[in-house]
Amino acid sequence: MYRYSLGNRRWQFATLAELMAKATPARSGDRLAGVIAHTAEERVVAQMALAELPLKTFLTEALVPYEQDEVTRLILDDHDVGAFEPVSHLTVGDFRNWLLSDLATPEMLVRIRAGITPEMAAAVCKIMRNQDLILVAQKCRVQTAFRSTVGLPGRMSTRLQPNHPTDDITGIAASILDGLLYGSGDAVIGINPATDNVAQSVRLLQLMDEVIRKHEIPTQSCVLTHVTNTLEAIQNRAPVDLVFQSIGGTEATNRSFGFDLATLAEARDAALSLNRGTVGNNVMYFETGQGSSLSADAHHGVDQQTCEARAYAVARKFEPLLVNTVVGFIGPEYLYDGKEITRAGLEDHFCGKLLGLPMGCDICYTNHAEADQNDMDNLLTLLGVAGCNFIMGIPGSDDIMLNYQTTSFHDALYVRRVLDKRPAPEFEQWLTRMQIFQDGEGKVPADGLPEAFRQSLASLPGGVGS
Amino acid sequence: MTGHKPSVIANPWRRLSAWTDARIGLGRAGISLPTHEMLAFQLAHAQARDAVHLPLDTSRLMKDLAELTERRKALLPHEPVHLQSQASDRITYLQRPDLGRRLSQKSCEALDRQGHTGDSPVDLALVVADGLSSYGVQENAVGFLEALLANLEADDQTWELAPLIVVSQGRVAIGDDVGNRLNARCVVVLIGERPGLSSPDSLGLYLTWAPEPGLTDASRNCISNIRPAGLSFEEASRRLGYLLREARRQEVSGVPLKDRSEETVIDQGIGNFLLR
Repeated sequence: MYRYSLGNRRWQFATLAELMAKATPARSGDRLAGVIAHTAEERVVAQMALAELPLKTFLTEALVPYEQDEVTRLILDDHDVGAFEPVSHLTVGDFRNWLLSDLATPEMLVRIRAGITPEMAAAVCKIMRNQDLILVAQKCRVQTAFRSTVGLPGRMSTRLQPNHPTDDITGIAASILDGLLYGSGDAVIGINPATDNVAQSVRLLQLMDEVIRKHEIPTQSCVLTHVTNTLEAIQNRAPVDLVFQSIGGTEATNRSFGFDLATLAEARDAALSLNRGTVGNNVMYFETGQGSSLSADAHHGVDQQTCEARAYAVARKFEPLLVNTVVGFIGPEYLYDGKEITRAGLEDHFCGKLLGLPMGCDICYTNHAEADQNDMDNLLTLLGVAGCNFIMGIPGSDDIMLNYQTTSFHDALYVRRVLDKRPAPEFEQWLTRMQIFQDGEGKVPADGLPEAFRQSLASLPGGVGS
Repeated sequence: MTGHKPSVIANPWRRLSAWTDARIGLGRAGISLPTHEMLAFQLAHAQARDAVHLPLDTSRLMKDLAELTERRKALLPHEPVHLQSQASDRITYLQRPDLGRRLSQKSCEALDRQGHTGDSPVDLALVVADGLSSYGVQENAVGFLEALLANLEADDQTWELAPLIVVSQGRVAIGDDVGNRLNARCVVVLIGERPGLSSPDSLGLYLTWAPEPGLTDASRNCISNIRPAGLSFEEASRRLGYLLREARRQEVSGVPLKDRSEETVIDQGIGNFLLR
């Protein structure tokens, strides 16, 4: 039982999960789950009670039972007491102060990473304002590499997402070309297949591998299919760079996705055995998003932001190249409007970075959410300031396969220009060498058609030359 | 004449859009979207938003369905019925999917009163729900039903049908409740799909054998993207006809019922031109 007195009034929260849920800034998913604070006042009281809670509490009181859940076991068994030491004496409220203070240097934040559990990150996140989330995340540096280096200071990368509703090879190649010529694709070229099976995945992997090799592009490819499909593709000697999987923060969520931690370990080992990286060996690409545990009826009464943070423990175990929170895809029953999507995007980026993950964000919305391009512009700018490792890049913001809107190639160039960001260094050099960009910093595209692609286009019926 | 430098730089690869609906080769003003492209996007988004929020014109739809019932009397001996879910308005509907899956008390009573009477089950209940696109239903439901009913009438076996049902603020799973109350062996829900930017008018179909409340999507077969620019009424009705006959023969739907009527997709384009 957690109690808090305010004047004459005494408040009670029966469990730690209830305290956490009620301290969470309002969102529709927690309302749907029935765990949201009943009043605005109750929410702030819960935040005040949470602020007084020692961080250590989370090491002894599991929100999802240890015996029932391998994610809880992973979190507690892998906890690094030595790394925790500098902040082990703090309450959640003091931890916020510490994170904002100049004691928390980028070096110090790297040192304590393995001592922070997802629940500690989620708890402090609930009592932080948006500017706090931005300020602290900006101090957390996470750098990963495969054929390009993602997450260096002053850089922001993009996933080129050339989806097509029938996986048509020409259609996909057209979107890849559009993206490359707008300087997109340094985090990954990643396709969500319309037909989700092994044969189709292999076909798409070969398509991307051939393009990457012919044009010597310092990037990696990924087909966002089920981990077991990718494993089979590797066994069939397909050119797999990265293993993809959607992950959640409870064992039951992941079981509903059709995998467990052992599956991920097996897939990672298989991808590592191919030894295809040139500047690094981070071979995993994970996607997450608030609401997935509730959607799978696997949330154990835990609020959706805490479930999301727990998914980062799963990701952290497998040293991913990229972790992408797909923040607005799930729909308005989990995040209702632009305000809730914005808050969730900043929370996920902060929690992931604090835990040491290479966080990117699919800054997106569906047409039944109360959101529009202006909301995406705002979140994009905020995440750019916060130092987000990568965002999506898609022609004209319109994903014609998944039927939602995410950031465009143009949007990425906007952020690079207003915040003075550059692409990954290897990719930036390639853009200059190929005469795709004229400024050497990945900010100004060339006016004409670069020589290397002139021939590809001239060969088309009717010729799309010069 | 002094020449002004153009502020928009066009992309010579724009013509590749002959091979894809993706918004490629948009050109740029500086590094930003040119005005024309920006407004074209805004228009598409506005249409998708309207599809979600403009209410279904139920009086027009009910009138059309009454006429259809009249024309197909042999298959449809009962008048169509209009029902309501427990989601009282769009805002509630969008935030509470659980309420969109259940019939209102009044609708339950209405259905028990004027729905199918008799102890023997009917073969099929057809349910039209607004879902997330009133456009999808308004534009495509009646046309599709015409094609389907013609298909069923021409079938070798006879199909006994429940009255046509329309549900306002309905989700897919509301068909389970409706089908169950109508004592139907199979239910097909026609529903407005989540609108995409270039497809605000998509209609989806969900077939469920032995409908009862509490089933999940694993028990359903889906046919998606039914609209003039997508899957045609005739093709959708042909595929649904196949699934209906197979569901009836095997007494099952969902994961165990494989749709083998679908043809293999063959690339329409010119291959991977980036390798040239």
